[in-house]
Amino acid sequence: MSDDLYREAILDYYKHPRHKGHLDNPDIQYHDHNPFCGDEITVELKVENGVVVDAAFDGHGCAISQATASMLMEEIIGKPLDDLKALDKEFILEMLGIEIGPVRLKCALLPLKVLKAGAYGLEEWPE
Amino acid sequence: MQPATLDRTTTIRQDFPILQRVLPNGSPLIYLDNAASSQKPGGVIRAMDDYYRRYNANVHRGVHTLSEEATAAFEATREKVARFINAPSARNIVYTSGTTASINLVAYSWGRANLGPGDEVLITEMEHHANIVPWQIVQEQLGFTLRYVPVTDHGTLDLERLPELLTERTKLFSFVHASNVVGTINPVRELVAAARAVGAKVLVDGAQSVPHMPVDVQALDADFYAFSSHKMCGPTGFGILYGKREVLEPMPPFMGGGDMIREVTMAGSKWNTVPFKFEAGTPAIAEAIGLGAAIDYLEQAGMAWVHDHERAITRYAYERLAEVEELHILGPGPDERGGLVSFTLEGVHPHDISAILDRSGVAVRAGHHCAQPLHDRLGVHASARASFYLYNTPEEVDVLVDALHQAQDVFAL
Repeated sequence: MSDDLYREAILDYYKHPRHKGHLDNPDIQYHDHNPFCGDEITVELKVENGVVVDAAFDGHGCAISQATASMLMEEIIGKPLDDLKALDKEFILEMLGIEIGPVRLKCALLPLKVLKAGAYGLEEWPE
Repeated sequence: MQPATLDRTTTIRQDFPILQRVLPNGSPLIYLDNAASSQKPGGVIRAMDDYYRRYNANVHRGVHTLSEEATAAFEATREKVARFINAPSARNIVYTSGTTASINLVAYSWGRANLGPGDEVLITEMEHHANIVPWQIVQEQLGFTLRYVPVTDHGTLDLERLPELLTERTKLFSFVHASNVVGTINPVRELVAAARAVGAKVLVDGAQSVPHMPVDVQALDADFYAFSSHKMCGPTGFGILYGKREVLEPMPPFMGGGDMIREVTMAGSKWNTVPFKFEAGTPAIAEAIGLGAAIDYLEQAGMAWVHDHERAITRYAYERLAEVEELHILGPGPDERGGLVSFTLEGVHPHDISAILDRSGVAVRAGHHCAQPLHDRLGVHASARASFYLYNTPEEVDVLVDALHQAQDVFAL
């Protein structure tokens, strides 16, 4: 893994976020924030026959939280809703390809936390 | 800056062991997060170490040598604090765990005895959460109305609105002396006089003022004045509530337990005298002793000098930060503020600014600095904050500015 928090791919997703915005009539919508830094994420999903057919996020925050949200939306489109439950911290870190200290880890995990809270009512931070 | 001032800073820096630290990436530490917590001089660390090594014992209890020595050192700090802020007596000085606890003490003790439906507590949009949330909590139980003095776009209190907000209904006006975000130093005497005119009591949050400038609580004439040890070279977990005797005396205790009582029977209890009435349980003894050493240190440096030094650094930071394109400083100009500068940088989130500055060894705060309503008012989600103290130098500001340019390079399209 790279030790560069701001590797090119992350900055690219931050500056040119994919799947940022809102869906028409989403089946699932959930919003939460990180009380320590104020980063906010809203996640919206369209679900057909138990499969995520479209996903979008909105919000504001640091490069890590926003890029992670964008990458996560790309990852989950096409996946069965049930599969999202298994996504964990390791999955996010692998997706980002960087090492993150304990404080910034919350930034990276916020989008997954919001996703799981919306999909399953799981309020805990992903582990 | 004056060379004499800088020579003094060189000497002062040697008193703070942590400033010799080199970070894991090889950068020397450039500590610009003093508004969050200051560093500690060797004398403070040694005073606390000495207590644990030589005379650790509980205070106000034992009739043995160690307890008497511990009590003497513990109470000596009360005298030092009183002298430092020019309180009439050590009996005006209540030990707490920090500014937050001091404000909560007033909210729960004075508030529950004096506030009810129809009453108003006036605070400001500039407050730290510590001077907002306690009032919101007791408001639910007591039924008073909480009102806010607005903040101008400039980051100062909108005093034109004061006459309509500070009225006969106002029982308490509680406001910050120096803002932890915009740096604004509020006109305390003027605000206290306005409160007096309507018969309101005054609580001043001095967390960002006592560490950085001479403060004379009698000249300011506030009823309560709260501050923390750890922002003024002392240890964490300790703080002060100053109160006028006539206001403290009738206040009921906030927490019950040992040390705060005169007599306990199964039928009931009688309270100890002020200030001990408000100090239930074994206190933070080493921390009190540490604050005493911190006050010795600051008095030796001279609070007028500390203030002048920070103003000079802040003015320099203003000039240098103006060179950074797309950087916006929150709050008023350098002459109206204390030694801190909060800013935003277009296209770079404050968290990312802080992470990139850290690569150059520069420690700043990023976020809403426990003042979310103020950020909402100023229309920003978060900011980065560089806050200075007596050991900071213009060269450190230069490193900050270079690192900000690097942050812009990282985020350049």
